[in-house]
Amino acid sequence: MADKPGMVEWDMHMALAQKRLMDVKLGQLSSWLGTRDFTPNGLLGSVRGGYERYFNKYINVKKGGIGGVAMFLAGYVALSYIWEYDHIKHDRWRKYH
Amino acid sequence: MLSRLVLVSGHILKNSGSFGACLVQASRSFHQSSQSRAPVPPLPEKGGKVRHGIFPEELFTLLYPKTGVTGPYMLGTGLLLYMLSKEIYVINHETFAAASIGVVIIYGVKKFGPSVAAFADKINEDKVAEAQEVKDQAMASLAQGIEDEKKEQWRVEGRCMLFDAKRNNVAMLLETNYRERLHMVTNEVKKRLDYQVELQNLHRRMEQEHMVNWVEQSVIKSITPQQVQGIWSLH
Repeated sequence: MADKPGMVEWDMHMALAQKRLMDVKLGQLSSWLGTRDFTPNGLLGSVRGGYERYFNKYINVKKGGIGGVAMFLAGYVALSYIWEYDHIKHDRWRKYH
Repeated sequence: MLSRLVLVSGHILKNSGSFGACLVQASRSFHQSSQSRAPVPPLPEKGGKVRHGIFPEELFTLLYPKTGVTGPYMLGTGLLLYMLSKEIYVINHETFAAASIGVVIIYGVKKFGPSVAAFADKINEDKVAEAQEVKDQAMASLAQGIEDEKKEQWRVEGRCMLFDAKRNNVAMLLETNYRERLHMVTNEVKKRLDYQVELQNLHRRMEQEHMVNWVEQSVIKSITPQQVQGIWSLH
């Protein structure tokens, strides 16, 4: 019974770790981030998981639409714009916004 | 519909030289870590819904309870105007290029989308039909094998009767042969014994005749001439 408070906290930690991002409340967000695995292996695993989820939802179907590929290309366009922003900054029309 | 082509070509890239359906299963079992023997669930019919080609439907359903139907559009317009006014999105020569390319892409998709989709669908269906045909042929040949096996088992049952008939035949042959030989033996023995009997009869007859002859001879010899005269004088 002496370690009962510790057990309760551990249970809460575990329960938070199981939740998906959409189910986490705003106040718990920082603690949820604490439960995530940020080792290189963990990052790789999360990237692979994300790719699998996207692939299985939008591309690995019998009658896929344009959405799967188009979203991917739109994301690529947006990401490359963000990476080039420091260069594009110089084409701005006004100095003060 | 481009995803369908991606699916078709992606499978060719992943593993060349196999059917598409089997490939999907192979890629799925590669992704899953547990080796389960359960049949792979079939592919979902349609992908996740996407509105206007690039916005997933989940965004709209997320905002619907709070802002209704026009919520996401208002959000999009606001964001766009904010980015334009603060020049987070800068209008330069690339904007024009992007707009032209966008128009061409949208025109192409709208016009040729359905036909390309039908083409890709047909390719997929052909692959599935081939795999199905292989499976059907395999099943038919296996069923035929089962039928033949059953027929062979039925034939084996008849073999006992065949052996019985053969055994009967052989027994009959043996019996016939035995009886033939028995007959032959009896006949031969009878012939020998008859011969002996005839021989003895012959002996006895010959002895009898010889004895008769001899007695006759001796009687005739013993008839002296005076007895002959005596007999003649009686007449």
